Amino acid sequence: MTGLGSAPFPPPGPEDRVRGPAGAALLIAYADYECPFCAALELRLTEAPVRHVFRHFPVVSKHPRSRAAAAAAEAAGEQGEFWAMHAALFADQGRLEDPHLWARAGALGLDLERFEEDRRSPAILARIDAQFRGGLRGGVVSTPGVVWGGRLFGGRAEVEALLADLVPRLSSPAPAPGASG
Amino acid sequence: MSVLPAGTPVPDFSLRREDGRDFTPADLPEGTAVLVFYPFAFSPVCSSQLNIYEEVLPELHEQGATLYAVSCDASQSQTAFRESLGVSIEQLSDFEPKGEACRAFGVLHPGGFPQRALVMLRDGKVAWSYEAPSPGDLPGANVLFDGLAAV
Repeated sequence: MTGLGSAPFPPPGPEDRVRGPAGAALLIAYADYECPFCAALELRLTEAPVRHVFRHFPVVSKHPRSRAAAAAAEAAGEQGEFWAMHAALFADQGRLEDPHLWARAGALGLDLERFEEDRRSPAILARIDAQFRGGLRGGVVSTPGVVWGGRLFGGRAEVEALLADLVPRLSSPAPAPGASG
Repeated sequence: MSVLPAGTPVPDFSLRREDGRDFTPADLPEGTAVLVFYPFAFSPVCSSQLNIYEEVLPELHEQGATLYAVSCDASQSQTAFRESLGVSIEQLSDFEPKGEACRAFGVLHPGGFPQRALVMLRDGKVAWSYEAPSPGDLPGANVLFDGLAAV
């Protein structure tokens, strides 16, 4: 077996970014900050009653700034602001160049010198690579890739179908005019 | 028709490189040549496939593998496709006579395009092969490395 041969998705570990109720079912999302479908997924997941593990899956040949953006989120995480940076990156995917990352870091009140050092640090880049490789070995081929119940859901149709089950309120038809409730 | 299985001698074939030169069995590199048959340039699944394979080219190279992407599109279309994706994987065209090399490898779909398939060639033989259940199914990069582990 080679280093990138098939393997189960790694269980959540100390370097994973996790949020949501402790007892909720686990959902692992492999995503990148330059992917518009990932941004849409992020919006939906904020409503889902799940324990959300976010893992970086930067396909650099497709999204050249995805790895830098992942590193920015992880560097913010070193100062306790991973999810805030995460949200800020998804909120404006058209601005992911370095000055835009610095602006976000400033708006979050981060120590900019430390942010700059951390986002280029071997430890953070290795963390991102490890997540990417773990996704590859599990069979993720594009973003977003969602692991739910041990199964990989990839592609818009599969992910949409999964979300329709997880977040029925957002997927139900709009109430008829005049309806109360 | 299904993809040639491991152990089959490399069939005679002729593909066209992007620079117009022919690519035949005599041009196979040292080590393992990996032919990635994909249905159509600019289609969504094929785009994702080449993008994700591009990310693992260094690891493939470390293992002595050289990747080639093969379709029935004309070379100009393949080059435009490759450049639009920002990938470096060399494209081989089976455009004229259309589909003949795909037929030789057992991957020509009745619709006139390649089935999505991976074929590893080594020492004059098919060392490993994989055919996706349908053109819409994308074998991940992990499948490439599973194949390399088996050759």
